[in-house]
Amino acid sequence: MNTRIKDLTKLISGNGDESPSEGAQRARKFGLIALVLCAALLASFIIHGMEAESAMDFQKNFSPDITHAIDDGIDWVIINMDWFFDTISDYLKIALGHLRDFLVWIPWPVVLALVFITGWRAAGFRVGVASAAGMAAIGLVNLWEPAMVTVAILMVSVTIAVLVGIPVGVLSARSNFVDTITRPILDAMQTMPSFVYLVPGIMLFGLGNVAAILATVLYAIPPCIRLTNLGIRQVDPSVVEAGRSFGSSPLQLLVKVQIPMAIPTIMAGVNQTVMMALAMATIAAMVGAGGLGIEVLRSMGQLEEGRAFVAGTAIVVMAIIIDRISQGYILSQDSQR
Amino acid sequence: MAGNSTSPSYGPSGNGVAPIISVNSLWKVFGKKPERALEEPFRSQSRAEVQQQLDLVVAIRNVSFQVSPGETFVVMGLSGSGKSTLVRCLISLIEATAGEILVEGEDVTKFDDRRLRDFRRSKMAMVFQNFGLLPHKNVLDNAAYGLEVKGLDKRERYAIAQEMLEKVGLTGWENANQRELSGGMQQRVGLARALAVDPSILLMDEPFSGLDPLIRRQMREELAALQQEIQKTIIFITHDLDEAISVGDRIAIMRDGEIIQLGTPKDIITEPADDFVREFTQGISKTKVLDVGHIVRDPDVVCFDTETWETLLAKMDQAQCDYAIGLNQERNFLGVISRELMNRTAAPQVDGIDGCIDHSIKPVLPNVALEQAFPLLADGNIPLPVVDESNNFIGVATQQDLLKIVTSGL
Repeated sequence: MNTRIKDLTKLISGNGDESPSEGAQRARKFGLIALVLCAALLASFIIHGMEAESAMDFQKNFSPDITHAIDDGIDWVIINMDWFFDTISDYLKIALGHLRDFLVWIPWPVVLALVFITGWRAAGFRVGVASAAGMAAIGLVNLWEPAMVTVAILMVSVTIAVLVGIPVGVLSARSNFVDTITRPILDAMQTMPSFVYLVPGIMLFGLGNVAAILATVLYAIPPCIRLTNLGIRQVDPSVVEAGRSFGSSPLQLLVKVQIPMAIPTIMAGVNQTVMMALAMATIAAMVGAGGLGIEVLRSMGQLEEGRAFVAGTAIVVMAIIIDRISQGYILSQDSQR
Repeated sequence: MAGNSTSPSYGPSGNGVAPIISVNSLWKVFGKKPERALEEPFRSQSRAEVQQQLDLVVAIRNVSFQVSPGETFVVMGLSGSGKSTLVRCLISLIEATAGEILVEGEDVTKFDDRRLRDFRRSKMAMVFQNFGLLPHKNVLDNAAYGLEVKGLDKRERYAIAQEMLEKVGLTGWENANQRELSGGMQQRVGLARALAVDPSILLMDEPFSGLDPLIRRQMREELAALQQEIQKTIIFITHDLDEAISVGDRIAIMRDGEIIQLGTPKDIITEPADDFVREFTQGISKTKVLDVGHIVRDPDVVCFDTETWETLLAKMDQAQCDYAIGLNQERNFLGVISRELMNRTAAPQVDGIDGCIDHSIKPVLPNVALEQAFPLLADGNIPLPVVDESNNFIGVATQQDLLKIVTSGL
């Protein structure tokens, strides 16, 4: 109690039981900040009073022409790298088409059974039953096919994200140089609004599922890279040292010691990636992705609130199912080690 | 471990055998541009001075020593003395700044990555304080790790690992997870893993420091028994002088990155190099290290078998002593004669003292540890006769002298 009062007096008066010189220092600092703010306000008044136009607006003709340069660059890429993006686009379309057809082809009872068994084995009986019930509900509201399309997009995107993300994460963990390059890029990626990710997709692939996949991969990959990096860096250094002392090569150390010990963290990253991919696969309906997202978008556009609500709920249900099952799997893995 | 009691002397390079490890003027300096600390005037300055002026930490400072094959060489020091850094330099987990480390004639500091891997896979293996076991592998796979890295196939490496687990007493635990094992058992796995690669040198970095005192002693004894069987060269790191003495053939005491004394346990107890070492030795029970030879003295009365009863009695009266040591003309030990025994003997023997020599008191060799002499001296006032291997009488050890040694350290 006493100390709290002291803290309070310190906060209010700026000197609790600190030495007088410390208190004086702090007072000087506050004084300085107040002085700068007053000066800025004064300067603003003076400039407005003088009606100095040039200081009140940025000169338009001074602005450097960046936008055109970017346009030119993208034009060049699209014209000259055409074959490259076309090839990727073709393959992805084919893969996605087959996967979707396959998922829709599987009879719904089989899917329900698979979901139940996976949920049961990974996270327990109750999760298994609840997951199967959730999927059944999606079917009952006539959203089975869109749901399967979303699952197909999700599977392709997550596969690509993991195949790229884990190696990049491993590289950043092993080299501080790579880490200093990837870190700011990842920071930027995670602060960007999700709609921004749709832009490069449309530019390179046009409207459609392929653009959606690119956007989804880009949006979902950061946690996979980050947590792989973190997981490997967090491996107990004494175990790594022991591994080295027995003559492990760098590759052996990675495969036999570091990655296996980092698996729980890496799996947490993959879980995050899946969840973010689901979010993006929904938003990507705006660039022409099929699935549950387009259902929401279309019904909103036609003012069918009920249908939009049902489709939106279906997305939430799917998110919960995926999250519970993968979390359960990670936890069961954790408790085994 | 092989023994304070068996080998009386160890020269710096063993018994004339070529050293298996030879460390010459080794330096390890941490920080940016560490070579700066090796130049004068910093080279001859203290650790604190160098740290203050150059912001470099001198972890190992001009250390040299040799280890003979089969020897257990202990490096002892407090934390921050550089002992862990030193042992890591030997296997190049930490790169030395200067100096050479010759192992079987080859300089470890000059190895490239490939040579270093081969070296670690065959010549040297390490046991760690925190065990360093892989949590995702079972006991058998952990013990086989060195062999797996070496490229042996499953059947081969499991066979060897199995054999090593048996040696450390872990048969039946092959499929257990590390978490199911106690600390002592985990360290046995660590030991089995190191032994599996059949290294000529075993590095043990405070292997028992993380264990309970009781388990620690048990592990020490087991290691000693194992060493009798495997006869490896062992570099043993510890911060505990008691452990150092019970384990080591020779001990190097480190402080601030330097070796301040190197010698047998006996040397260190009897002739500590400075006050720092002396302070350490204060708490050590000297009876473990010192032997009977250390307190041997001439007996008050010696009696040759040619002497008569009367002369003996006169001698004993004069010395105010109740016993005499019976010897023959070659000074071979015959037995102890006590006044009590003489009184009990029915009639004075005219021609000698043969009849009243007590043969039940067995003499000991001078290299028996004092600890073991305790029970022999515990009862009675009769001192312990000391003889050499051919039964030549050397002297006696008395209870008073033993007690003097015991109490002097307290």
